[in-house]
Amino acid sequence: MSDIDEGLRSELQRQGIWVTSMQELYNWGRKNSIWPLQFGLACCAIEMIATAASRYDIARFGGEVFRPSPRQADLMIVAGTVTKKMAPQIVRLYNQMPDPKYVISMGACAISGGPFKQGYNVLKGIDRYIPVDVYIPGCPPRPEALLHAFMELQRKIDEQKLTGPRKAEHLDPDQPSEFPVPAFGAHDLEPAANADVFRPPTMERT
Amino acid sequence: MTPHSYLFIVIFLGVALLFPIMPLILAWMWRRFFQPPRPGAEKNATYECGVESIGEAQIQFRSQYYLYAIIFLIFDVEAVFLVPFAVAFTGLPIGAFVAILVFLLLLLEGLVWAWGKGCLNWAR
Repeated sequence: MSDIDEGLRSELQRQGIWVTSMQELYNWGRKNSIWPLQFGLACCAIEMIATAASRYDIARFGGEVFRPSPRQADLMIVAGTVTKKMAPQIVRLYNQMPDPKYVISMGACAISGGPFKQGYNVLKGIDRYIPVDVYIPGCPPRPEALLHAFMELQRKIDEQKLTGPRKAEHLDPDQPSEFPVPAFGAHDLEPAANADVFRPPTMERT
Repeated sequence: MTPHSYLFIVIFLGVALLFPIMPLILAWMWRRFFQPPRPGAEKNATYECGVESIGEAQIQFRSQYYLYAIIFLIFDVEAVFLVPFAVAFTGLPIGAFVAILVFLLLLLEGLVWAWGKGCLNWAR
């Protein structure tokens, strides 16, 4: 479990002995078989479909199996405008995914509402309710951008610790496994944001 | 000829048992030592495309739906049998012809009955 001395490892590798740790093996397996949840919200979904299809082929990175059920998915790609009507369903789907789970916020709309930010029915960013691992700007982002985000996510997974004080959040029994699902209020979703995961940016006036 | 010619079946059984049980044991050990389970009401809820499920899954259909079953038989299932019947029509023995005729007449009777009952009227 402990970190292997790099010098010893390279010395052994020169002799034809490959040394690894449980953590590296675990992360290597996880990062190379990320199964996304199969759902699209708006035009970004078309780019996501293109990424999954043969020309860009997300299968090269281990993400080929888009799962139609959250029970089998590791990654949620929020691809498109999140309307306030849709937000509770997305949070519920995220809750129903098993740990460890990751979220890619794809496109300007999923990040902040994008060009529809002024709309009364548009959620100003999915990170108000669920923790997002990778943001991709763009309107819509090209498939290459999604692939880049996928590789960034793989890098993030690779660095997660299995034990110790800085171990990954999904291994900690004290961390919440669910996030509160917003309800339809009289004028807006209630609560307007999950205070545990979202802090509105404040402007410092001097 | 080896003395134990059926030994490979025993070995095969052992491997066939170990193969599914080993991953389960590994998964159990993983849960035991690394990843504690974190269940929740929302997480364990019935998956229904992200919408909260309403009511029970085991519901009973009204008996009035038998009309749809009959119409479905006439217009859908009958067509499945009619096409091969029509293709093989010239080469059919008399017994097969009578059998399909009985089948058709039975369904035709159903059609007449449904027509008479007024099920085929557009606005009821």
